[in-house]
Amino acid sequence: MVDPPASWSVPQTTAPPTLGPLFGRRTQPGQLLGDPGPLLVVRGVSKYFGGVQAVRNVTFAVDPCESVGLVGPNGAGKTTLFNCVCGQLRPEEGSIEFVGTDLGRLPTYRRARLGIGRTYQRVEVFSDMTVREHVLVAERARKGDGRLWRDLCNLGSPSVEERTKVEMVLETVGLTAVADTPVSALGLGMCRLVELGRALVGEPRLLMADEPSSGLDEHETSDLAGVLRMLQAERGMAVLLVEHDLAMVNEVVDRTIVMDLGQVIAEGTFDQVMSDPHVRHAYLGRAG
Amino acid sequence: MANFLGYAVPGIPYGCTYALFAVGLVLTYQATGVFNFAFAAQAYVSAYLFMYFTQNGDLPTWAAFIVSVVVIAPLLGWLLDYFLFRRIPNTQVMAKVVTGISLLVGIPSLLTVAFGSQNLTDAPSILFSPNVVYFHLFGLEQVPIDGIFLSTVVVTVVALVALVILIRFTSLGLKMRAAVESRRLVQLDGVNATKVVGSAWMIAGLFAGLAGVLLAPQFAVLQSQNYITLMVTAIAAAAWGVLRSMPIAAGVAVVLGIVELIAQGYLPTGGFLYDAVLPVLPMIVLVAALLLMPGMRTIEHARDPLASVDPPTPPISSTLRSPTMDRIIKTGWWALLAVFVISMLSWVPRTWENVFNQGIAFSVIFLSITLITGMGGQLSLAQATLAGVGAFTAGQLALHLGLNLLVGGIVGAAAAAVVAVLLALLSLRLKGLGLALMTLAAGLVFTLAVFPRPSVSETTNGIALQSKWIGLGIFNPNGRAFFILGMIVLTVVTLGIIQVRKGTVGSYLTALRGSETAASGIGINPSRQRVMIFALSGAVAGIGGTLYSIQQTHVTPNVFGYQFSLVFVVVVVTTGVSTVEGAIQAGIGLTLFEQIVTYLPGRFGGNSLVFVFFAFGALTYASHPEGVLEFQRRRWTGRFDRLLFTKDDLGNPSAGSGGGVPTPPAPPTAATLPGVAPGVVAPAAPGAGAENRFELPYHG
Repeated sequence: MVDPPASWSVPQTTAPPTLGPLFGRRTQPGQLLGDPGPLLVVRGVSKYFGGVQAVRNVTFAVDPCESVGLVGPNGAGKTTLFNCVCGQLRPEEGSIEFVGTDLGRLPTYRRARLGIGRTYQRVEVFSDMTVREHVLVAERARKGDGRLWRDLCNLGSPSVEERTKVEMVLETVGLTAVADTPVSALGLGMCRLVELGRALVGEPRLLMADEPSSGLDEHETSDLAGVLRMLQAERGMAVLLVEHDLAMVNEVVDRTIVMDLGQVIAEGTFDQVMSDPHVRHAYLGRAG
Repeated sequence: MANFLGYAVPGIPYGCTYALFAVGLVLTYQATGVFNFAFAAQAYVSAYLFMYFTQNGDLPTWAAFIVSVVVIAPLLGWLLDYFLFRRIPNTQVMAKVVTGISLLVGIPSLLTVAFGSQNLTDAPSILFSPNVVYFHLFGLEQVPIDGIFLSTVVVTVVALVALVILIRFTSLGLKMRAAVESRRLVQLDGVNATKVVGSAWMIAGLFAGLAGVLLAPQFAVLQSQNYITLMVTAIAAAAWGVLRSMPIAAGVAVVLGIVELIAQGYLPTGGFLYDAVLPVLPMIVLVAALLLMPGMRTIEHARDPLASVDPPTPPISSTLRSPTMDRIIKTGWWALLAVFVISMLSWVPRTWENVFNQGIAFSVIFLSITLITGMGGQLSLAQATLAGVGAFTAGQLALHLGLNLLVGGIVGAAAAAVVAVLLALLSLRLKGLGLALMTLAAGLVFTLAVFPRPSVSETTNGIALQSKWIGLGIFNPNGRAFFILGMIVLTVVTLGIIQVRKGTVGSYLTALRGSETAASGIGINPSRQRVMIFALSGAVAGIGGTLYSIQQTHVTPNVFGYQFSLVFVVVVVTTGVSTVEGAIQAGIGLTLFEQIVTYLPGRFGGNSLVFVFFAFGALTYASHPEGVLEFQRRRWTGRFDRLLFTKDDLGNPSAGSGGGVPTPPAPPTAATLPGVAPGVVAPAAPGAGAENRFELPYHG
């Protein structure tokens, strides 16, 4: 894998890149502006696929500005739970609330407009679009734009504000150099960054990243972790991270939830859960 | 009771042939992942050759049966697999459907080209004499059992029992059942899955041949359309088995055959139910299956654990042309347009004037396919129907209210848009194959039950338009007034589509085509976009239908039949479904080609050769989703570009090319951009020259 563009290398010793005035900070860590409750509340969620219980009675919450890791072995139900939160799957039991709104009947696009951004385990990009178009379309979708008459009257061109914001996001995730490249010409690592940029431009309150480091090398993973920390610190964005790279999880998250066979088996700081015998058993078997 | 049996029992042979169709469709779909739209064409080939050999070749019935059903039918199935379907990855659902439709259109036309136009009547029945009543069931006079009945039932039962034995108790059957789950996993176990799948195609081909020959005696004259209509009945049965269960498909098929005949017997002749509902009963059953069977909504979800190894859909071919070449092409198009307009307004003879005028009207209809398929990524098989809705609305308004056809055309467009929206709402949870089937059913409903009704078409020839309903000299014999009207409409519609394509809605549609999951994940409402593009596409089709009818001076039901929807898709897919140029080339090209073949002798003189040409063009959709003509255009302009112009024009100026002006830095290439896949030419970096662009379908 070639080195990533220097623009998104975020050495931990230096100040992280800033998202600028267009990304006004909503909250400060520990200072929840008129919103003292948790951002996301998952209560007793269960999801079945025929006879398989993929998620069993899972309950947890994510606070604003908090970074939570969701880890566990393959088949633990992490991505299924993500899909339930985002609306791609409907849980059979339980409830999910986001900023106090019950997400039960809301379709995926409404949840996205509420402020849930997402990247995917299996890269989901728009194959006929360039990188810049990806970010622009996400910005438009966030605002719910898309009136046919505006297009017919040639009023659909991007505004200066939109262009500026798109460029800023591209710079943040280090995609400025390939902004006009069709994503079909990009490698997996770049496509993951495209997904991240697309999610970020929507200014989500909660970013749900599903194995974002998959396909990235060690250096790129470290840089990505830096970007996620920066987003949390500077933007006040909560992050829910599904990741197999435990070093990255350790670097990014404040709290870790471990799942196995659809259930939450441990919750706490990274060190706490890693020393939990149930977690060691889940990862390593009885020998662990 | 005797009357009931008298109505019900004759339905059994129909049900049996539907069952053969349905089981063949399920078998192919299960074993290969292909929903074989060409099944009706395969059945027609066997029936055609069977009748041809018995009547023109003087072969005995048994010999003709062996040649057409036992030899040719499986061989045709194997050929379709070998040359076409096995080369299309499972992920390319649209490509598989388009290929099937191309064969459905192309194969019957190919037969006409090969054997000439034949009037094949009085098909012989196999096994038993068709006109002999062998006995009466339960001794009832009302239930005669004739040769057609016996032949059909005996052959069907034997074929189905043989298939069950093959699948349940043989090694090949075991491998086929395994291949249903995952062809790749079977291969990893050392089974030649290609051979197994080829065998499935041959067996399905045999079933198609059997069904074709068994059905032939039921028709006064052998026509391919009959088989397409019957295939929809079989599809309805197969859909109730979610394209997976052969027993359910066969059972529903037999019940459908019986119910049709019972309803035909008991419903009062001439009533609404008899005239309007009975002919479309199978389509209603199909729509019900699509709406009520949850499995039909997820029919395309990959069940193969190794499905992810399928290659992605090939990207639209792209070219990096020099600015000079771009200028030449643009200038060339404008010059061609100018020459065309001037010629049409001055010296073009009447015959050719009509050809081009008709082409312009077709172009507008075809632009609706650009919207729904090229931009929306949805395959609609009802575009001719929507054009008909527009045309009949305008015609009726003119006939009864004296409304000007130009105003009526706008109302017609609105009516077509409403029908399209209803269709979109009905099929909101369907996509790909399910949507294609829903629109096909809708097309058949309008063709068989709506357009022929006197309240819609007035007479069997439709509504004759009068010049007073439009004025402006549109009906002037020299046709120039229509040309001006047509060009105005075409220009407005084209510009509108380009605006939508460039705008936010266009980008939403591109996103949805790329990944509906991710598109909804960023806040795009897929249902709203789908309904919107259906409405827009319906409106454009409606306008095109009215324009075409004005050009023909008639609104005729036949030209808006479902079969034309299939042909339209095939034609546009060949020329380029993703560009407005493709639709215009399709419209003009179709009528031009139709006119040219009239100068050819004999069997080449009809539309069959035209359909064969476009059908074979559309067969390349899997490898050239941009359209084979569009692909060739890009390829040849690229070659000329490399031949005529230096590399400097590509944005890498060498000494002297800049004329002393400081040259911008070279654009990034695959070699310089991190993460760019090797072998892919990257576009210019921002600011490196706006003309040095990467040509994508919606940019070109």
